[in-house]
Amino acid sequence: MTSGTAIDVRGLTKRFGDFIAVDTVSFNIPRGEVFGLLGPNGAGKSTTIRMLCGILLPSAGSGTVAGHDILDEPEAVRSRIGYMSQRFSLYLDLTIGENLEFYGGIYSLNRAQLQERKRWALEMAGLQAREQQLTEDLPAGLRQRLALGCALLHQPEVVFLDEPTAGADPMSRRQFWDVIYRLRAEGATTLVSTHYMDEAERCDRLGFIFAGQLVAIDRPDDLKRAQRAGVIVEVACDRPAAAVETLERTDGIRQARLHGAGIHVSPAVADGAVNAVLAILERHGFSVERAETVEPSLDDIFVSFIQESEERPEAATP
Amino acid sequence: MPSPDEIVIEARHLRKVFGATVAVDALDLAIGRGETYGLVGPDGAGKTTTLRLLCGALPATAGSAMILGFNVASQIDEVQQRIGYVSQQFSLYPELTVDENLSFRARAYGISETDFKHRREQLLAFTRLGRFRRRQARALSGGMKQKLSLAAALLHEPEVVLLDEPTTGVDPVSRGEFWQMLLSLAEQGTTFLVTTTYMDEAERCRRVGLLYEGRLLVEDTPHEVRRLAGITMLEVRCAPLVTGRKIAGSVQGVQWAELFGDRLHLAVEEADIATSLERTLQNAEIQVSSIRQIQPGLEDAFFEFVRRSREALP
Repeated sequence: MTSGTAIDVRGLTKRFGDFIAVDTVSFNIPRGEVFGLLGPNGAGKSTTIRMLCGILLPSAGSGTVAGHDILDEPEAVRSRIGYMSQRFSLYLDLTIGENLEFYGGIYSLNRAQLQERKRWALEMAGLQAREQQLTEDLPAGLRQRLALGCALLHQPEVVFLDEPTAGADPMSRRQFWDVIYRLRAEGATTLVSTHYMDEAERCDRLGFIFAGQLVAIDRPDDLKRAQRAGVIVEVACDRPAAAVETLERTDGIRQARLHGAGIHVSPAVADGAVNAVLAILERHGFSVERAETVEPSLDDIFVSFIQESEERPEAATP
Repeated sequence: MPSPDEIVIEARHLRKVFGATVAVDALDLAIGRGETYGLVGPDGAGKTTTLRLLCGALPATAGSAMILGFNVASQIDEVQQRIGYVSQQFSLYPELTVDENLSFRARAYGISETDFKHRREQLLAFTRLGRFRRRQARALSGGMKQKLSLAAALLHEPEVVLLDEPTTGVDPVSRGEFWQMLLSLAEQGTTFLVTTTYMDEAERCRRVGLLYEGRLLVEDTPHEVRRLAGITMLEVRCAPLVTGRKIAGSVQGVQWAELFGDRLHLAVEEADIATSLERTLQNAEIQVSSIRQIQPGLEDAFFEFVRRSREALP
């Protein structure tokens, strides 16, 4: 790679007929970063990833991945990246070893390379001595790690993971992230999309994508510090769902939602926020155990981005 | 904890064996009316099997399951009239519209036309699916499909609802809306047993149970579960990170160390280990910029319970 940049895109756009799936997205990801892409279903995360992988041709814009142009050199891009999607393509009727060999063939590894990388993948996925086992007999978490192993056989410089852990249990997801960090230590770059906020917290930087547009890009801590979500009051009270409904109907409340065992409320005015929330809840007969201002969580930030993008009329398509 | 006379879901020594595999092993559950109970655990721990045993879709090998005082094995009709079940797979008809799916399900439950119309309007308003009522189910987003599944499961006004990973692959905002609906019904007395892989959802439950290899390792309020895990978490910012982790993980009193973005998370026995930890890291030429105590998450707690359980194995 010629520079410290792994992914660089300018004005990336994808239209499907009248629908703009990805709208002039620009960003830059340095080598070795773990970059998380967040956004609602249908916001354009997968489409963005597919364009960067050279699977889908952009309608406009340009970009380089691993030093190669995604428009002019898609083959060179594809040979340097690993891609794993939510519906990863393992052959369930093949053994674990056969799946790895199949992908080794696709990436044109020679015999010696294949043996070495196969060993690496089996160890990484925790599947040593299970080579002969049928893939369909593996639990979901192990299948996901095998799929990751297949996507990494050719030691790609840049790895794209599109909701790789959907439906995996917390322990499997933790092990999956161990592998991502191992790749980072080896200098590889990872772009991962996820709906798990705990995974978002594990990324070096995050991009929020809404209705095809990249609306923010920053480190998780800096996103929280930017106070985009306004002041957040955390409340522990009885009947939290009813409390949310009451607060949503009250003027001067920007946002109220369940959070953990309690609720997070964002009043429009920051001054006296705690007392304002307390007054509303007590007036409606809720007994409040605790109310205090807290740092916004990543899902508070996520929700406030969604609200903002819904308030913009041009983004109102469902 | 609910008092015994309020218990609406009860399992006693419930056991299910598939061939040589014990999927559910001597499971005891007692869930009170209006409770939202979250069942979590690794893949293959027995969560789905438990739900199927409780709704009578699967016969138990041993033990008993009672729903609202009716025996699931011998009074299945009484049970099915009173429970709703949402399975992991979308079980409605993709080529039918929202309205048609609801009407089809209502007929299956034998709900009268007048009752159905009233109930349908209520549910469409509740799930905010009203403006999509003439849309085919296949054209709904993941979050809307889940709401439709829930609406269909609520048509006959069940007192108990079992949900198997209802929100997998759904974005955080839609998941939030889904849980707002569940808790709002729970506060009016509906009882929910939910399996989930999202820890933020488990945190919203009144009680959570951690299932591991068919057995319940721990069950309590999320707050208590975190306390019972008995771990203190430290966040360490240091460089280089990977070597730092290796060294920190081998320090006496550190149960485990993991990378978390640009920092380490350590589970330790006592917070006062921080000073000696810092010294050990510095002696190994690791630059330590900060060490602070952080709140363990529910996931950290479960990880610790599973770790202990594995260690206890012969």
